[in-house]
Amino acid sequence: MSVYQHDVIVVGAGLAGMRATIAAQSRGANVAMISKVHPVRSHSNAAQGGINAALTSRGDSWEDHALATVKGSDYLADQDAVEVMCQEAGAALIELEHMGVIFSRDEDGRLGTRRFGGQEQARTFFVADITGAAMLHVLYEQIMHSKVRVYEEWFVTSLVMEDGECRGVVAIELMTGQLHLIKAKAVILATGGSGRVYEPTTNGMVVTADGHALAYRAGAAIMDMEMVQYHPTTLKGNGVLITEAARGEGAYLLNSDGDRFMQKYAPHMMELASRDVVSRSEQTEINEGRGVDGCVFLDLRHLGRELIETKLSYIQEVAGDFANVDLSKQPIPIRPGNHYIMGGIKTDVHGATSIPGLYAAGECACVSVHGANRLGANSLLDTIIFGRRAGEAAAARATEVGDKPVPESVLSVDKEAIRSFLSRKPNKDMAAKIRLEMGETMNEHVAVFRNEAGMQTALQTIRQLRERYAELAVQDKGQVFNTNLLFTLELGFMLDTAEIICASALARKESRGAHFRTDIPQRDDANWLKHTLAYFTQAGPRIDYAPVTITRWQPQVRSY
Amino acid sequence: MQVTLDVRRFNPEDANPKPYRKTYTVEAEDYFTVLDALIQVREYQDPTLALRCSCRASICGSCAMRINGHAKLACKTKLTSVMDAQGNVRVEPAGNMPVVKDLIVDMKPFWDKVRAVDPWLQPEGPEPEGEYLAPNEAMLHLTGVMSCIMCGICVSDCTVLEVDSNFLGPAALAKAYRFVGDPRDGANVARLKKLNEYGGMWDCTRCYECVQVCPKGVAPMDRIMALRDKAITAGFTGTTGARHAEVFAASIKHTGWLNEFWLLPKTLGMFNPLSLPALLGALPIALRAVRHNKLPHMFHKPISGIQHVRRIFDKVEAPK
Ligand SMILES: Cc1cc2nc3c(=O)[nH]c(=O)nc-3n(C[C@H](O)[C@H](O)[C@H](O)COP(=O)(O)OP(=O)(O)OC[C@H]3O[C@@H](n4cnc5c(N)ncnc54)[C@H](O)[C@@H]3O)c2cc1C
Ligand code: FES
Repeated sequence: MSVYQHDVIVVGAGLAGMRATIAAQSRGANVAMISKVHPVRSHSNAAQGGINAALTSRGDSWEDHALATVKGSDYLADQDAVEVMCQEAGAALIELEHMGVIFSRDEDGRLGTRRFGGQEQARTFFVADITGAAMLHVLYEQIMHSKVRVYEEWFVTSLVMEDGECRGVVAIELMTGQLHLIKAKAVILATGGSGRVYEPTTNGMVVTADGHALAYRAGAAIMDMEMVQYHPTTLKGNGVLITEAARGEGAYLLNSDGDRFMQKYAPHMMELASRDVVSRSEQTEINEGRGVDGCVFLDLRHLGRELIETKLSYIQEVAGDFANVDLSKQPIPIRPGNHYIMGGIKTDVHGATSIPGLYAAGECACVSVHGANRLGANSLLDTIIFGRRAGEAAAARATEVGDKPVPESVLSVDKEAIRSFLSRKPNKDMAAKIRLEMGETMNEHVAVFRNEAGMQTALQTIRQLRERYAELAVQDKGQVFNTNLLFTLELGFMLDTAEIICASALARKESRGAHFRTDIPQRDDANWLKHTLAYFTQAGPRIDYAPVTITRWQPQVRSY
Repeated sequence: MQVTLDVRRFNPEDANPKPYRKTYTVEAEDYFTVLDALIQVREYQDPTLALRCSCRASICGSCAMRINGHAKLACKTKLTSVMDAQGNVRVEPAGNMPVVKDLIVDMKPFWDKVRAVDPWLQPEGPEPEGEYLAPNEAMLHLTGVMSCIMCGICVSDCTVLEVDSNFLGPAALAKAYRFVGDPRDGANVARLKKLNEYGGMWDCTRCYECVQVCPKGVAPMDRIMALRDKAITAGFTGTTGARHAEVFAASIKHTGWLNEFWLLPKTLGMFNPLSLPALLGALPIALRAVRHNKLPHMFHKPISGIQHVRRIFDKVEAPK
């Protein structure tokens, strides 16, 4: 075991983590970044469509972007946070361009835009359909330039809590299997989403809600976890995403009769209504028998081969690889699929959580700018804006607090947990079986349409799976790259998170955004215009509530 | 369908660590990729099997490995496209990088080389208030290079790296091109100067392997050739590589033949004392060629129709 020390330690090397790291360094902090995968393997690279920003210099209005975001959120977003994000978006975008992101241009050589869902304006900036990867690689260029220390392929197992504040992390170095203590005056969680709690999902295999569970176990408030986004266009088998940019560029959604069914549900915005609206419409078509094989169709044929090949070449590749479809010749079968979590670790606009010394940014955080439904291309923006803010705030804290002691005994709990997984005699059970059951249960009962009985079933199932988890054995007894142990620990994080999602969903007795209950189909502002909070207790999540901040946009009936 | 994976494994913690082969039989759907099958193995048969993977959609660059002897992304490779009639597929770790465990290799040497090309944008002059203006064609062209996911497949199968670990390699050089080709970058000349050195752009032997195996169409070798072009245009003509290109072209233009006799001495510089060791080093080969009656001709008569060849040159060399 070794002990390391920094002013600021950033857990996660996706867009939020790297942006936070760069910000903390520019404020003079001794910062290090830790990630269970090499930074460019982070799941931010999967973002295809683009990043939103209202460039006021060319006449767009950030207030307009903010209103679209608030409406998209079904009025659950905190409007002060939305204002911050939308106001700072333009400068953040230009900063990314200056760092080297090769955004698409218009004829005059200026940044070009495309349209995205839930917005009238074209304000989504993009790099073909590899926007996330192009941004991630450029931020990593900056990290290489900065020479910050990166603990690459280190897996954080817990947060170090002393006297009610966070003073560092415990992590396994995967290459050696050793457990280490990294002390810090401020810790930033930027661990990404929770997709793998569901099966299937558009998210990669490393997206396992680690940060949500780490913060929850440490006692932080976890907010609005019932708000899980289903993306309208995902592939049936493996859940891989077909970007919203396809519809942004003009693709149609068709049912088995060949009708553009969105006419019925969102006559004005059609295919570009908010995601929750489009996903529900598709699911309704499928449930009412106007789908094929559990899918409806996305039709790009009229866009022409050239547009597809220059602006949508990655999904052309994916469609060919996984669905055997040439997008310029055939419509592709798609369906709503788990994609994103609006909820997360509760933070203020500086990334501060309810625990002193602990910050969060990116998909694992809930500021909240997405409320009950996130607009496409607002998440990349969220990572960049609040990643920077969290980095700055953490660096500021580091100058204020002195070195505080951490007993090395903090390692013993994790050591013991790992030892017991390794020493236990294998029974017939397997981590993969538990994960699959969890994922399928969540996808059946806590999905596009929900009801009391289904959500109860899900919660009970998750609790049973937790009991099985407690008996699980790790079969690989080695030290070096023990991925078997890694998955087992990740599964523990996911089961905690699944339980929080179920408990939060059961608590909300209304329908709002992505949380649509067939047994209570109305939004109820009088009683439920509030955030759900979940806190750790031995008996399961304790639910509490917090008010929504409304600055200038009063809740309205939402139609597209 | 039934598929048998023949996996090369390695456990550094074995008493006497040695690579060994292990086969797994998997019940697979016909749309399965090699990665799907490996995950089946890892999840339900043998949890000790170590490999990296995440996105399963060819974008994170984690799952590079050799499949039937060539480096590929396991998540982009359908089983049906690689298995033989009996359903066998051979899986090994990527090459040219040290194996850590099973299919996991140590990518530190890979990243050290990427770092060596100063891979960050270095604009010149004061920052504009808004974005840098740049033609969309230039950006689209760079998108082709930025599609690189740093998976290491080209490095795994690079035939130069196999014999000379000093070579920067296809991925790092393609990354370098991403800056040299970026209209916003101001350090072009310094970059090209550095890339001209030993281990740089001139050490590629143009075997095309990297172009063939790259899963993202980055065509690293074409980028290396573009770097050479830019280096010569920028006036870096003093390298062996640049002279080789010149002598080669001059010979074709002159007679329509490649004069192999003079190629080496002229490339190295006949009156350059520094090239003496290399010239002497080539002597045994020359002598062997004489013995087998294979010494190239010293002089060639121009081929008939040489004027057409020269016309091509004139056209290519004409100022645009
Ligand atoms: C397919 C797809 C397409 C998308 N398209 C868009 C789009 O077009 N526009 C948009 O705005 N949004 C899009 N999104 C959403 C957006 O990409 C993500 O929300 C965002 O990139 C998340 O970034 P992040 O930095 O928070 O997390 P990530 O990029 O997921 O990074 C998480 C990091 O945390 C590390 N980590 C996690 N747990 C641990 C641990 N225990 N120990 C150490 N390290 C750990 C990981 O290694 C990783 O480095 C898309 C999402 C998906 C899945
Ligand atoms: S798993 Fe990401 S590239 Fe194969």
